[in-house]
Amino acid sequence: MSNIQKIIISVIIGSFWGLISNLILGIFIILLIGTTIQFNYLSFLIVSSISSLIITFYNKKNLQTNVSIFLLTFILILVFTGISPYGLAIDQNSFLQILFLLIQSFIILIGNNICLSGINKMSFNRLFLEIIFIRVLKGFGFTFFLTIVLFPFYVMVLMSLKTHQLLILNPLDLSVDISRGVSMFRSYIELFTDWGFGYYLLNSFIVSLSSIFIALVFAIPGAYAVARFNFPGKLLMINSILLIYLIPMITLLIPLYSFFTFLNLRDSLFGLIIVYPAVTIPVAIYMLQGYFQTIPQELEEAGLVDGLSRTGVILRITLPLSLPALASVSLFIFMVAWNEYLFAYMFLDTPSIFTLPRGLEQLDGTEVPRQHLMAGSVIATVPVIVVFLWAEKYLTGGLTAGGIKG
Amino acid sequence: MGSKIFKKRMGPIEKQGVVQAYTMLVPTVAIVMAIVLFPLLANFWISFKDVTVSDLRTAEIKVSEKFQKKPKEKGDISKIEYRFNNFSKSANIKEVSFKDKIPIGLIIKDLPSNCNLSENIIGCELGNFQPKEKKKLKFETIAEDKYFLNNENPKDSSPIVEGKSENRLLNLDLKIKNFEEIFSSPNFWKTIRISFAYSLFSAIGSLTLGILAAQLLMTTFIGRGIIRGIFLFPYIAPIIAVTITWKILTDPFFGTINGILTELEILNEPISFLQVREMTFSFVGLDFTLPVALSFVILFESWRYFPLAMIFILARLQSVPKELFEAAEIDGATPFQKFRSITWPLILGVLFVLFLLRFIWTFNKFDDIFLLTGGAAGTKTLTVDVYETGFNIGNLGTGAANAVLVFLILVFAAIFIIRFSPKE
Repeated sequence: MSNIQKIIISVIIGSFWGLISNLILGIFIILLIGTTIQFNYLSFLIVSSISSLIITFYNKKNLQTNVSIFLLTFILILVFTGISPYGLAIDQNSFLQILFLLIQSFIILIGNNICLSGINKMSFNRLFLEIIFIRVLKGFGFTFFLTIVLFPFYVMVLMSLKTHQLLILNPLDLSVDISRGVSMFRSYIELFTDWGFGYYLLNSFIVSLSSIFIALVFAIPGAYAVARFNFPGKLLMINSILLIYLIPMITLLIPLYSFFTFLNLRDSLFGLIIVYPAVTIPVAIYMLQGYFQTIPQELEEAGLVDGLSRTGVILRITLPLSLPALASVSLFIFMVAWNEYLFAYMFLDTPSIFTLPRGLEQLDGTEVPRQHLMAGSVIATVPVIVVFLWAEKYLTGGLTAGGIKG
Repeated sequence: MGSKIFKKRMGPIEKQGVVQAYTMLVPTVAIVMAIVLFPLLANFWISFKDVTVSDLRTAEIKVSEKFQKKPKEKGDISKIEYRFNNFSKSANIKEVSFKDKIPIGLIIKDLPSNCNLSENIIGCELGNFQPKEKKKLKFETIAEDKYFLNNENPKDSSPIVEGKSENRLLNLDLKIKNFEEIFSSPNFWKTIRISFAYSLFSAIGSLTLGILAAQLLMTTFIGRGIIRGIFLFPYIAPIIAVTITWKILTDPFFGTINGILTELEILNEPISFLQVREMTFSFVGLDFTLPVALSFVILFESWRYFPLAMIFILARLQSVPKELFEAAEIDGATPFQKFRSITWPLILGVLFVLFLLRFIWTFNKFDDIFLLTGGAAGTKTLTVDVYETGFNIGNLGTGAANAVLVFLILVFAAIFIIRFSPKE
């Protein structure tokens, strides 16, 4: 590859990282200080291109070189922008400015390094161009997806820590003022003391855990029968399990609302504790029977020979061996029950038995300040995300097996 | 494989297995029948009935009691008056009877002919009540000495009214009025169009984002597990929490997104993304009309459900031996060639199933649009219509008829899509 080609490629990649890092970090800075900033695209573009040229043409690749390039980027940006990388005076939010500039220099270094790795060994052809193009696209893709996914949650958390006055004063200013201490969490405290979120949280846990328990109690024998026995109507049963899962919830709403009104089950948690398991049992059966089939039948037969009953075999042999599947099914049911909104909204009227989604809906209908709404959303979101991250391995299995619904 | 076995005659042990299997299945099948299949059928039934939300409460006679001219000494004459009211606007109440306790020492002067008195309990037959019908019952009493010993007020005991009201949900009065109402509604075709556009574009959007995200996570790198976990956030967070957040983000006055877009001078003035029906803008000399709220809701759906598509596609790609990609690489295939001739054919089957399910599930979806726009600004889908007619207007029958429509369209859409599916 000729040097001209290398220079062109390096400059393109350098410019890309210079621009995209400036745009994304610039938006974060706006959200942290609440005032508009100046985007010095050109300076970042030039400095980042210099960094990428050095990476391409300097042959010694070690930590020392990288640290030097990193520091050089940092200093050059300061020089090119007249010690005002984001168009702010250097004594204003200086810590934040330096921190962001360091982060940005780091992104430029890593981005350029990844995109340009091996450039000297490759020849200039279609393969090379596509590889470089894909690398740049991936860089853009990660930035894009992380931004669209994290942005709402980021705003949710930061806004919940603000006060009403501060939000009215400058809606863009989402900075966290640590000096406010415990009073940062005022919205949370008020939700628990004045708005009954303690009850909602408790109710949500009661409903979710009972749903898991009931669904498993019903699904385990069913799944076991499907996995282990042959009986007339088995194929029909397996097929209808999947079809049942496609039935729209909204077609069940009016009949269930009517029956539950007649039976006085409306406005009680009990109603929800029947509905949630019933709608998740088909998926639970589907997932469990698949797993039961992987357990060697000989183990169970040994148990039967040793004098265990069928129930004994299920309880002592099959279930202990199926813990991963049970965990994944439970997490799936937990997610459905914890997040369910439609039936909670239609069935619950008394605030003391609200689940979190219902309570949050109620809060949204009142003239409550935004930081309370955001704090409520955080309270509803954190448990499910914690549970999920804690057991991600099982849950992704659960999601692919049955998580189409939602 | 099951059917083969049953062609043979079953031995006693196998028969025992069948019994065991059925015993284990009964409770499971029963609960699913009761909560899922039975309501589904009941929904068809309700769709042919003219019932409102107020019909769900069993019609009852409300009674109020008046005691006039409280006696001060022996021989005083007082009046007791009962008023009965059937508040129901639609239900007849038949064979209404009534009972109440009259305090000791109050003697009834002229017992009405439809009443009888045993001990000090008065019981009356009041006959049938038409909807909204009111009736009165009046008589006079004379106070005796005994009355002043206890000094009871007749109102202390509450009267008991009993009657037979038919349940309007269960009678055989079936009509197709609800369906006529739906089809003659001027907005019917518009609602259908919006529902289809919403489901179709949301499915396409979430699948497209899902494919792209899966491509990012296909290769192994440090922190891949964490990033995959983060990518799933939109899907696992409660719907209510994310809709509230997006509503606040897009608020025209205090919303962060409008704030940023105006700060960056991409927008001249804030747009209320969830409240504006459509906006006209010109591009290369042509005028385009963009349905703003509908587009935003579609973007939201794509955002919320791309993780699911991503997980499925990743699972499919990871089930393929790595050698396949490595061999292509050795042969000098470029990344795009690899995608076109290996990845794409591999995921096509999954994509098709995902598209079908996403389409069906978005079509079924109620919460998302209801919470984001409430069905305003040109985003009213059929499912939102079910809620509006059934509960806002209170016409359960029409709501159920709408739900039937949702169900039938889905069945036909599923058959249609499967029919024209690519062969796997």
